[in-house]
Amino acid sequence: MHIEIDEIAKTFGRTAALQPVSLSIPSGALVALLGPSGSGKTTLLRILGGLEFPESGRVLFDGHDATGLTVQERRAGFVFQNYALFRHMTVFENIAYGLKARPRALRPEKEEIARRVTKLLELIRLPEIGGRYPAQLSGGQRQRVALARALAIEPRMLLLDEPFGALDAKVRKELRHGLREIHDTTGLTTIFVTHDQEEAMELADLVVVMSMGRIEQVGRPADLRARPASAFVREFLTA
Amino acid sequence: MFDAAHLAPPRPARRFRAATEEPAALRRGLIGLVFVLLAVLLFAPLVTVFGEALSQGAGAALTALAEPEAHAAIRLTLLVTALSVPLTAVFGLAAGWAIARFDFPGKAVLITLIDLPFSVSPVVAGLCLVLLFGANTTLGDWLVGQGMPVVFALPGIVLATVFVTFPFVAREILPVMVEQGRAEEEAALTLGASGWRMFFTVTLPNIRWALLYGVLLATARAMGEFGAVAVVSGKIRGVTATVPIAIEMLYNEYLTVAAFSLAALLASLALVTLALKTALEWRHADALSANRRA
Repeated sequence: MHIEIDEIAKTFGRTAALQPVSLSIPSGALVALLGPSGSGKTTLLRILGGLEFPESGRVLFDGHDATGLTVQERRAGFVFQNYALFRHMTVFENIAYGLKARPRALRPEKEEIARRVTKLLELIRLPEIGGRYPAQLSGGQRQRVALARALAIEPRMLLLDEPFGALDAKVRKELRHGLREIHDTTGLTTIFVTHDQEEAMELADLVVVMSMGRIEQVGRPADLRARPASAFVREFLTA
Repeated sequence: MFDAAHLAPPRPARRFRAATEEPAALRRGLIGLVFVLLAVLLFAPLVTVFGEALSQGAGAALTALAEPEAHAAIRLTLLVTALSVPLTAVFGLAAGWAIARFDFPGKAVLITLIDLPFSVSPVVAGLCLVLLFGANTTLGDWLVGQGMPVVFALPGIVLATVFVTFPFVAREILPVMVEQGRAEEEAALTLGASGWRMFFTVTLPNIRWALLYGVLLATARAMGEFGAVAVVSGKIRGVTATVPIAIEMLYNEYLTVAAFSLAALLASLALVTLALKTALEWRHADALSANRRA
């Protein structure tokens, strides 16, 4: 799905979280929102997912105005920073949650739900863990379960908030490939937030460098390295 | 130079004491003191209550409990508890939710107000209700005209009980909700759940033990409340006298066995609540631990 962000602005109290920003994300791209904390990258992601609403500006999904769509109507697969798995549910129930939450007419049969959950568990290469609780999983496993749960709703796009932030360096590397694979298999427009320039440059097709609520530069990793648009970008990328 | 330590004669081993460890005598003394206080303040009265109730045999105690007035008091107390605890739970949930999830002007004031029933004397609370709904006020007159008297009637007793028990549920669930944050709830919404579905499948299961714990505490308090209820109920024998008030009236009339039988019943209910609470703490320690940190 092609996403168009048109002059979006957001303030929290008196601080501007986002100056008016515009951005066009081509369908099927894997995009990194890169910036230090407080740069507005998470706010932008949450606006796309319908968890925050902008003061002004529009969001267009495939050319249609989606600014007023509720979080449920957006159908964005959202992976939260600490994964926000439902701690009182098993992995199976976590992944099945979105399907069970559908209105009756659109809800798959019980067997169909089970089939889809099994398939998703295979996709994240953890076929055996359906019966476990989130507390019994490692950080890396949790991240993959959160990804499967987000994919279960057949989302129109995938939004990930610091998906590797809570992991140690080794697992981080592995899961980067995992995310790339899942993106390539599903073909979903995928946007992830990170403060780690190495991660953004290695994984993303398109990197959006943000600072102080502004977009500093948008480009392919190689282009950003070759032609940083500002001193901030140059410094942030070499840090 | 560096050999100095080697050349020095070995020192005799010294016993080290951790910085937070007190001398054994002091420890035993403090623990002993606590037990003595517990025995004098808690255990002895409980034994006395049951002793007095059974002083003329279990038969006499049971007969006293079977008296119509005692019956009426027990029924009223159970009814008031059954009405006020759900109200307290709903108000507590609403307050806990509002404070934990939203930022709004006056939030700090609301948090303070939740604790008000803890600090205000129940008698004052009862008096306020009488002043608000009493017969010589416009509101009270109108309510009596509608056949819905509040003071000296069931609604007043329920209101007083809700006031007194209000903080229990809100105080228990608030820290749990704050600690858990809203990520799981937001996750449910992004997965397509409606607000109600999110509440029943994510929010409520996450706070269920804290909620149950608060409800148990509120129940114990609702059954035992005296001060506020004494003022608003008017202590009409057999009509608005709850168990604690019936106990006081019987005791003032030197009906010792009857008074202590009811008191023993009330104490038993409190003990059951306490046992349930302990069982809950024991089984769900981690879910409740958020309370202790706050």
